[in-house]
Amino acid sequence: MPRDGRAVLDSALVILLAAKLSAFFDPRVLSFCASAYRILKNYLQLNISLLYWILIAPFTGHFFKISPVFRQMVFIGVRAAPMVALTAFSVGVTLAMQAAHSLQQLGAEIYVPDLVMVTLLREMGPVLIAVIVIGRSGSAVAAELGTMKVSEEIEALEVMAINPVQYLVVPRFLAMLVMLPALTIFGNYIGVFGGWAVCTFALDFNTAGYVLRALQSADTWDLYSGMIKSAVFAWIVITIACNAGLHVEGGAEGVGQATTASVVQALLAMLVTNAVLTGVFFFAV
Amino acid sequence: MNSNEAPIIEVVDLVRKFGDRTVLNDISFNVHRGETLVIMGGSGCGKSTLLRHMIGSMKPTSGSVKIFGEEIATMNEREIGRVRQRFGMLFQSGALLASLTVGENVALPLFQHTDKSPDEIEEIVEQKLQMVGLTGFEDLKPAEISGGMKKRVGLARALALDPELLFSDEPTSGLDPIMTAVVDQLTLKLAHGSHVTAVVVSHDMTSAFRIATRMIMLGHGSIVAQGTPEEIRTSTNAEVHQFINGEADGPIPLNLSQDEHEHHQHVKPRPFVNARFRFHHKTP
Repeated sequence: MPRDGRAVLDSALVILLAAKLSAFFDPRVLSFCASAYRILKNYLQLNISLLYWILIAPFTGHFFKISPVFRQMVFIGVRAAPMVALTAFSVGVTLAMQAAHSLQQLGAEIYVPDLVMVTLLREMGPVLIAVIVIGRSGSAVAAELGTMKVSEEIEALEVMAINPVQYLVVPRFLAMLVMLPALTIFGNYIGVFGGWAVCTFALDFNTAGYVLRALQSADTWDLYSGMIKSAVFAWIVITIACNAGLHVEGGAEGVGQATTASVVQALLAMLVTNAVLTGVFFFAV
Repeated sequence: MNSNEAPIIEVVDLVRKFGDRTVLNDISFNVHRGETLVIMGGSGCGKSTLLRHMIGSMKPTSGSVKIFGEEIATMNEREIGRVRQRFGMLFQSGALLASLTVGENVALPLFQHTDKSPDEIEEIVEQKLQMVGLTGFEDLKPAEISGGMKKRVGLARALALDPELLFSDEPTSGLDPIMTAVVDQLTLKLAHGSHVTAVVVSHDMTSAFRIATRMIMLGHGSIVAQGTPEEIRTSTNAEVHQFINGEADGPIPLNLSQDEHEHHQHVKPRPFVNARFRFHHKTP
């Protein structure tokens, strides 16, 4: 009976559709959406009040203190320098070896310095150094602010009429905004030095030849695009870390969760932004 | 107590709900200049919530909270900040900033809100620490001193700006009897000497009767009794009697908080399970 068959099929489809729709309203899905919405809202609010305290408040007489910025610069940037150096050196060496391996087959070893230089300036420098800073300084900031939150310190600041964003977030933000690009430049140098080590000791380059080729291959835009990236990463990393720390709930366990979440969120956001920025800088223009 | 003067704190019909749970129910009271009000009550009765409404970190569901004659419930951040500079708050744990030394902690409000020179600030810090009996502890970190000391540093910090009004959240819990007496004397000295108004949340009855000029007892989110210490001591209310004498038997049930908790806990909705559809094909 084809008529009955169609009716059954139709009603089955309607039920299936209803089931699919209701799956969308599943409590788990809803609670996930709610928490994502809450995190995003908090994040936007943090960014807005951060901009207020940096750009507008100084003109109303609430100038932020400069000495905590330097203290944070030492903590976030200077102490991360050894790790950044080791990472950048390894990356420079690896890049040179990989480039040599591939280019040797074409008889084009002469281009190894070009590849090391351009890759470092445009991609590897900003990204890998941001990764190191997320793992080291971003997580530390999230854990520190989270601990302050659970031990009532942030509430105490508020009751003393000290804005936590002004007192805690602004110095860290400015320190990161200066130090991540600075570390990136530093890392670029070390990476190029790593490339030089491979080219001089394993390939037939002399120092002058390496430096000359490296400098010829890169133009200033390669450097600037990397710097813009690393400034954007600095913004993302520190705001995500501070946001995670300031909204910790539920004791020591909450601090741990917030720290992990800040690292994961910062890494994801940083890598996605990197893809977008690369697209904008080298394809769209 | 001068009742002609406008009250420092005026709480009118304060109601606060978390979801459908009423934590504060129709609370009304005034605090006048120079008074020391002790708010007492069992754990989970809403003492801390009430305190948080008075310092402006929580907004009431309905009703009004006026501090220094200004409505704090409807203020924005900046206005609340202005009011907050006029009062000090001692947190239960001290809530010192762990990254700063004891001296820097006490100096923090001074650096943030005054134009005093570092030398002047150092002098004030020294004086405040001396008041709480901690001379010479300026350069230690909070992690290096005991819990009771942290609390006293917290008190010194709360007094740094010479506030007109002092809130204390259990100022004497965790202190030894001698230090409790010292903190109580300090509160009394502030009240009598500098006419500081104090609102103290406490369930240390010895200390409460020593410092209070007026007492409020909270239970189930509403005011069970209020009056002078003498009135409270001689109260015929069974709950008050049980509480101030610390008796296990009485009208306050032992499982109060657990009961409430279970009663108000939201029933978790069962996750929607997609129905499985089976098609029974009839063979023609």
